[in-house]
Amino acid sequence: MWDHEIKAMASSHAIIASSVFMATVVPAVFIRGFSVYGTHLLWLSSVTGAVSVVNVAVFWLLGISQPTKKHTIGYKLSRLVRSCLYLLLSCLFYHTVVVLYGAPLIESALETFSLAVLLTSLTTLRCLCVLGPNVQAWIRVFSRHGAMSVWDTSLQITVACSVIGAWLGAFPIPLDWDRPWQVWPVSCSLGSVIGYLTGLVVAPAWIHFHRKQLTYKCK
Amino acid sequence: MKRLPVLCLLLWLCALFYAGIYLFVSGFLLVRLEVNRTSGCDDVLQPSGARRDFCGAEPRFRRTLLLVIDALKIDFARFDPDNKSPRPYENKLPVLEETASRRPAHARLYSFRADPPTTTMQRIKGFTTGSLPTFIDLGNNFASTAILEDNIIHQLGNIGKRLVFMGDDTWENLFPNKFQRSLPFPSFNVKDLHTVDNGILQHLYSTMVGEDWDVLVAHFLGVDHCGHRFGPDHPAMGQKLTQMDGVIRSVMERLQNDTLLVVMGDHGMTDTGDHGGESQKETDAALFLYSPTPLFPGPPSQSEPEVVPQTDLVPTLSLLLGAPIPYSNVGQVLLPLFPAEGQTEGAVTGLSQLEALWVNVKQVNRFLETYSSMARDIPSESLAALRDHFSRLSATYLASSPASSPASTRELVESMQAYLSSVRETCRATWARFNPLKMAAGLAVLALACLLCFLVSQASGALAAGGRGLLTVPLKDPVFDSLRCASLLSDSYVIAEGRVVTFLLLSLGLFVPVRLNWEGRLLPPLHDPQKPPAGLLPPAPPPAAVRRESYVLLGCLGLLVGGAYLSSCFHACREEQGACQPSPFLAPLARLQDSRRKNLQYVMSLAALGLWTYLLRRWLRHYGNLNASGGAVLAARWVLPLVAVCLGLHWAVSGTPEDSFRNLAELIGVAQVALPRAAFALLGLGMALLWADPITVFLKTRGPAPGRGSHAAAIPPLPPRYRASTGISPHAELQHLIPQIYQRMRRSLEDSEQMGAGEVDTRPAVEAYGLGTGMAMSFLLLLLEMGALLHIHASATSLAGLQGAHSGDFSVPWTPVVLWSLASSQFFHATGHLATFPSIQWAAAFVGFPGGHAGTLLPASLVALNTFSSHILFGVACPLLLFWPLVCEDDAEDAVMEMRLRENPQQFSSALLQLSTRYLTILGAQVLASVCAAAVLRRHLMVWKVFTPKLMFEASGFLVSSVSLLVGVSLVMRVDLAVGRWFRRLLPDATR
Ligand SMILES: [Zn+2]
Ligand SMILES: [Zn+2]
Repeated sequence: MWDHEIKAMASSHAIIASSVFMATVVPAVFIRGFSVYGTHLLWLSSVTGAVSVVNVAVFWLLGISQPTKKHTIGYKLSRLVRSCLYLLLSCLFYHTVVVLYGAPLIESALETFSLAVLLTSLTTLRCLCVLGPNVQAWIRVFSRHGAMSVWDTSLQITVACSVIGAWLGAFPIPLDWDRPWQVWPVSCSLGSVIGYLTGLVVAPAWIHFHRKQLTYKCK
Repeated sequence: MKRLPVLCLLLWLCALFYAGIYLFVSGFLLVRLEVNRTSGCDDVLQPSGARRDFCGAEPRFRRTLLLVIDALKIDFARFDPDNKSPRPYENKLPVLEETASRRPAHARLYSFRADPPTTTMQRIKGFTTGSLPTFIDLGNNFASTAILEDNIIHQLGNIGKRLVFMGDDTWENLFPNKFQRSLPFPSFNVKDLHTVDNGILQHLYSTMVGEDWDVLVAHFLGVDHCGHRFGPDHPAMGQKLTQMDGVIRSVMERLQNDTLLVVMGDHGMTDTGDHGGESQKETDAALFLYSPTPLFPGPPSQSEPEVVPQTDLVPTLSLLLGAPIPYSNVGQVLLPLFPAEGQTEGAVTGLSQLEALWVNVKQVNRFLETYSSMARDIPSESLAALRDHFSRLSATYLASSPASSPASTRELVESMQAYLSSVRETCRATWARFNPLKMAAGLAVLALACLLCFLVSQASGALAAGGRGLLTVPLKDPVFDSLRCASLLSDSYVIAEGRVVTFLLLSLGLFVPVRLNWEGRLLPPLHDPQKPPAGLLPPAPPPAAVRRESYVLLGCLGLLVGGAYLSSCFHACREEQGACQPSPFLAPLARLQDSRRKNLQYVMSLAALGLWTYLLRRWLRHYGNLNASGGAVLAARWVLPLVAVCLGLHWAVSGTPEDSFRNLAELIGVAQVALPRAAFALLGLGMALLWADPITVFLKTRGPAPGRGSHAAAIPPLPPRYRASTGISPHAELQHLIPQIYQRMRRSLEDSEQMGAGEVDTRPAVEAYGLGTGMAMSFLLLLLEMGALLHIHASATSLAGLQGAHSGDFSVPWTPVVLWSLASSQFFHATGHLATFPSIQWAAAFVGFPGGHAGTLLPASLVALNTFSSHILFGVACPLLLFWPLVCEDDAEDAVMEMRLRENPQQFSSALLQLSTRYLTILGAQVLASVCAAAVLRRHLMVWKVFTPKLMFEASGFLVSSVSLLVGVSLVMRVDLAVGRWFRRLLPDATR
């Protein structure tokens, strides 16, 4: 049971991580002048797209999501609409928070919003995939005894890692090194992606080594 | 723990910090008094009898060309033909040694020793005044950088030389309006190797061949910037030095016979390309003298100095160019440049060696006498020895005749040189030496004080908690504080400090609900239908209460975040921040041209002031206050609105353009003096009354004592199950404490608001400065944010309490204390202040005193109140952190807990001690960090520009904060005392 779930998680995480690499490498082959710093917005959108698509696909295929109670088409539709709404709200939320943290308000609004979309795809989308459009459950997951499955624990870890990565990414910005990756928002988006990748690696490992301590309430 | 020991302990801890700061600063900051006198042509510098017009005589040289190559180390100037594989910086300036060896009578290369601090600004000051500038030269002008001390540029201008300058724009700041023609180029960008140099080269040669100059100063920066960027051992340095070689060659070709060429470095550099300290690599620069006419009597002799102190340039140049030696010079003339006695075969006019030395000696002696009469920092025994030496010298010199034997002349010359050297050494030992022992001791004492503070806070926390948790070391909370401390070690973060602090404040603020949620306290626990209600669990709190409290918390967090964000509108800009627009609110009202904007800003300020007054009054009323008949209550009721009215009128008066109401000018003048003074007086009165009679609440006692006056605010129905041991409602009891402190806080809020917002400099004829009216809004934000912080803390505590996790003591956790200190630094920046000396708002000293001051104490304290208003407010209000959670629990059930404060004086004192020591620990850690930064990075390029001002501001901020914290704590104790006495008086009345 444990081994099976951890293996499934590890392989799905490997797929997601490789999708991030592909999103970086493949455009570099096809598009001239593509680079992480130089064409940062392009890289951001490619990573965001790849992560979103692969996440949705993986979780749909694995069937992790909460089983829906009803199977009417209307219910499914309303879930879909609510999910989209939540994603949009989450983008706006991240945008606001980033601006409050000191990002320029007007000048590079597009860059800031791209970062917000990236963060949404790394965190909120995963929440949606694992827990469905249920904010109560999202908040519940991020408490000490809130995880109810291995997937919840991995969700905790990856989300925390991505957010902390983005937060740490802001640190080098004021330094006077004049490096290309210090330009807003390169370091933050790089930080969040690196944090996300770290989370993907750490989550299965952590669960594997702490499986003795982990006890989940039944779903 | 009693009250007095707590206060004494706190006082002792603060004193320890002060001692550490003092020790370090006295070892690190070299201080010297500036002598503001100038030499003149008619100074009696000649031996008696042979008095001649010094400036009128034909000087040795008519013109001089001073090429300053920043950071031209002596190693760069040396040329070693045997070196087969030179490093990038070696053998790149062959012109110097080549000329010196080929034409020994025309040129010479010396190693030129600078004095620490080896930073460009201090060095320029040094080799133009001939003195040993320190970081703080106590002169008349603390605010501007211009040199007021007598200097060679001033002297040369005085005798009618036409001065031309090009290069590093530091000169332009040091010598404003001294140059006939000036071509400054920006020096700030260290990455930029060529702007300054190419700018000079565009103009240098064309200026040189012209005839409209006598003294030309060109300051090249490329070598220095190359060192900072790449270090000396880099091909770019080789290119730069080769370029300089070419420059010197072309300059020498164009030189005319009456011109002296001086090529010099202002300091050297370490192997990493930095400078500022006192190692030989940093101090030893190159000095190259050249003239197309013979300059030296012969080839270099054995007796010639190898190393020339940097101070020696000034007297030498002055005498060669026929100018008086600047007053504060302590250098000695370079003897080889002057003909020896009787050696006048070269047809050069000018002074002989003996004469030059005598002029020099008399000038140095005069300076020494003046200085020692002004300052006491030169040891008296060495002073006496020097005086003795001088009297012997002057006796010998005056007795000597031109016909005396060469041997005795040589003896006299040597004696004079010895005198000059010993004066210089004495001064150097006094001014230009870091004291590493003192610095280390200061650091150690500071670290010890921090540690002690931390231990005391832990111990008192354990005491307050009844012996628990003595050894638990907090790990998570101080992360943010250590980040803040670490940020003080990097110049970029210090420059961007305002934003860094806001960032950390927001992060920690957002961290609070996240952690609460992680601990499962933010939301009511989910009820599992499957799970049977377990008996061993504590009863679940009502979900509605939890939810309400969570909403309050999140709302306050929103307020905090919004306040912090908006407060960044009030930031000022450092010069290092390139693309930064200072806040428009910083401009005084009277300076705004657009009248509609002016009116808008005035109305907004007024609205902020009004809202702010209203909020405070509202709060006091809410707690059933302002109703008794005592003096303090009267003050509390009326002072605030009155002061607000005064301020509003004052702003209006100072904002009106001077010429619009000509006939009212007198009235305006009176109002500008009277209004702020009235506000000051009212505040002082209010504070005095408050201290004298801290009870402003009139209590309705329980039972048959209704005749004592009516209670304005509705006291909630007394809790039925409260054991009325004293017969007084616990709420009323508490409402005593809180409004008192709150009033106090308000008092000081008002006070510094006055400083910050009402500053007006109203020199009669000049425009009126309504400085900082925009800051009223900032102070409103401050108030809101303070309230939000307190409320977040209160909500978090009560959430913890609701979920049954309350530990039952009053201790304040680290997080709110760290938040508190972060907010205090944040508002330092949000009131338009910066940790730099030019950004101090000096105009504050003239609020209400437009005519200026007689003493220095009053203006200094006004400026300090202005600068550190945020430190004062947050310091005084710090004890509120302890009370707020108790105030906010208006649930009748929890009233018992508030009462416990009174019932457990022991715990109350310990909790107060814990809170204060925690606050002190955090502030002390910041001071320690900036002290470390200054000590470790004393070679850094930015040490005098960034780290040292930061250290000074951090240290004085700590001083102000700790004093206001002590005031706050003692006020709490005063109130506590008064309440206790009042209790005893009331007890007979109560139902017993
Ligand atoms: Zn320099
Ligand atoms: Zn330099």
